[in-house]
Amino acid sequence: MSVHQFKPDQTPPDMSVGFVGWMKKNLFSSWINSFFTLLILYLVIPPLAAAIEWLFINADWIGESRDACTSDGACWVFVIDRFSQLIYGFYPTEERWRVNIVFITFLLLIAALIYEKTPHKPKLAIFSLVIYPIIVFFLLLGDAFGLVKVETHQWGGLMLTLVLAIVGIVAALPIGILLALGRRSHMPIVRSFSTIYIEFWRAVPLITVLFMASVMLPLFVGSEVDFNKLLRAMIGIIMFQSAYMAEVIRGGLQAIPKGQYEAGEALSLSYWQSMGLIILPQALKITIPSIVNTFIALFKDTSLVLVIGLFDLLAIGQSALADPEWLGFSTEMYVFIAFVFWVFCFSMSRYSIYLEKKLHTGH
Amino acid sequence: MAAHPSSKDNSANNLRKIWFDPNVRALVFQIIVVIGVIGFFFYIISNALFNLEQRGITTGFGFMNQTAGFGIIQSLIEYDESHTFGRTFIVGLLNTLLISALGIIFATIIGFVMGVARLSNNWLISKVATVYIETLRNIPLLLQIFFWYFAVLRALPSPRQSVSLGEAVFLNVRGLYLPSPVMEAGSSFVVIAFFIAVIGSIVLAKWAKRRQMLTGQPFPVLAVSAASIVLLPLIVFFIMGMPIGLEYPALKGFNFQGGVVVIPELAALLVALSFYTAAFIAEIVRSGILAVSKGQSEAAESLGLTRTQALKLVIIPQAMRVIIPPLTSQYLNLTKNSSLATAIGYPDLVSVFMGTTLNQTGQAIEVIALTMAVYLTISISTSILMNIYNKKMALVER
Repeated sequence: MSVHQFKPDQTPPDMSVGFVGWMKKNLFSSWINSFFTLLILYLVIPPLAAAIEWLFINADWIGESRDACTSDGACWVFVIDRFSQLIYGFYPTEERWRVNIVFITFLLLIAALIYEKTPHKPKLAIFSLVIYPIIVFFLLLGDAFGLVKVETHQWGGLMLTLVLAIVGIVAALPIGILLALGRRSHMPIVRSFSTIYIEFWRAVPLITVLFMASVMLPLFVGSEVDFNKLLRAMIGIIMFQSAYMAEVIRGGLQAIPKGQYEAGEALSLSYWQSMGLIILPQALKITIPSIVNTFIALFKDTSLVLVIGLFDLLAIGQSALADPEWLGFSTEMYVFIAFVFWVFCFSMSRYSIYLEKKLHTGH
Repeated sequence: MAAHPSSKDNSANNLRKIWFDPNVRALVFQIIVVIGVIGFFFYIISNALFNLEQRGITTGFGFMNQTAGFGIIQSLIEYDESHTFGRTFIVGLLNTLLISALGIIFATIIGFVMGVARLSNNWLISKVATVYIETLRNIPLLLQIFFWYFAVLRALPSPRQSVSLGEAVFLNVRGLYLPSPVMEAGSSFVVIAFFIAVIGSIVLAKWAKRRQMLTGQPFPVLAVSAASIVLLPLIVFFIMGMPIGLEYPALKGFNFQGGVVVIPELAALLVALSFYTAAFIAEIVRSGILAVSKGQSEAAESLGLTRTQALKLVIIPQAMRVIIPPLTSQYLNLTKNSSLATAIGYPDLVSVFMGTTLNQTGQAIEVIALTMAVYLTISISTSILMNIYNKKMALVER
């Protein structure tokens, strides 16, 4: 009895594999696709080449003043000259090690929180949300532990951007949780107050909130209370952000199946017990990606504080452009600041997508 | 012998019962909240009144009738320095509505194109769209506005060296100069003809839809309405002896005279707002299209619909249901973001009213309350309209 022998696989046609096959499938699958491919190549390649030439090849990197910028390319000397101001603002040079410590510990904490196998992760998260900000506050402001006091009006640059964004999100989180619970409460008065608060702050632009915080807050408190500009901006940002946070968390609460609430009741847990032990941990976990997304929005929005006279990263860059010694290099400055913001936001958005995918497989 | 509860124990028990009654607790808690909120407002209002009195600021909206005394570089209604603060409010509001409306139109067009492009099976097109989206939405809007205003538009040539297009359109550092229409006698008929054509097209679309529902016969609505909207006014235009002319901008002295000018502040804001919002709209459109399950397009195919028919009758209506709610919130965001105008001096509501008027009058509370009220009104009316639309479009399930 003869055994049937399979013929060896034939090699696929040359036109359907490798680079040629990929091109045929993805770039030239029909005449209209070919047309668009060529059109886009024609439209994209010359500006891209010009941009690369301007950004890197013809750029000036070394020098002290604008005299060093002689070629047609970008003048990075300008950005390098202002670099430390862009990062630290007007923080005194001899005290900048404090900011550096904050930057380094912050990066370490973030890395530890992102890394999956870190032990005691919940404890670490609570530490970084509650205790760490207090340490950072005293480290940056000084006036304690023998540190020199650095007034908040000297804070600026990327450091201020990060401080505003992180304080905004950390303080908005508990308020947002309370508001979200309030909005889903059975008590009509609590529910309507929470709803009004949330809808009001979500309906108005951040810029008007900042104006309000900077102009009206001093009117609302007795003259004995000292409100500096940074604090006012922070209060405005926190009020605004907590409304957005509340909606994110409300979404998380709504996604928890009813059985979980009933389970809490069946165990005869009180409202706060069942919220704290059963509902909120689950709700917060599934809302982490959305919280990261609101953080990205807040991070970009902190640039608005320049309208009330705070010097965040963008405002420092903008003021550098007014320096008569460096007139005409605005593009370089904007490209640099845009790059910094982009790196932060893009990596955060990738992280949130990664989290979403990871959490999704659990269901 | 069983212990007999004394009457004292009994009343304590009753109290405890009342205290653990959820209804009573809720009531007590709500009373505390109300007292807290009232106390808070009482505190800030009494402080505010005291502080205002100390600074000698009168309260009330009387300042709205005072003469403003400052100029505004762009106004849709007649305005000069002798008008009142009330008028500046209207000017600012109209400018906000103008930039929002223009921004919404451009952002929608760019966003839909980019969203569809990202789903293209042409690798290059989808990559270009991805790069566009990922770049623009991760950079602060304010930075983009500054970039367009200070780095791009400020680098344009002076009026004398304007970039011109056929001696009719000029671009220079002062703005974009376009020819403006001049209405002569009889031009109103052309406008009327245009509106008749538009209304006719709407009626036609309704009739065609009903007929298709009843008989299944399609009608080329788009082609017919497009033709009538273009042709009808054009015919009237020639019959009336070409009553609409164009006034071209011309260089006189140091600047251009005549025509319509798009000021650089408006242009920078519009470009930045549209490109930025379009990046978000593109993602909404993409996820909306992806949300329509593949079975739907296969079903359409198996019914023998053409690709266009399938898109028009099956895919897009279902995608829109997913797209519209987040799209509206992007429109709202765009409207709110237009307030960044104040950073480059485009005279929108925030810039004119919350900026200049507030500085000149010192009426912080009234000015800020009024400005916020405007945005609140816009937001609330949008969400009411949205809810009506959503109800109409929502999936009717058995």
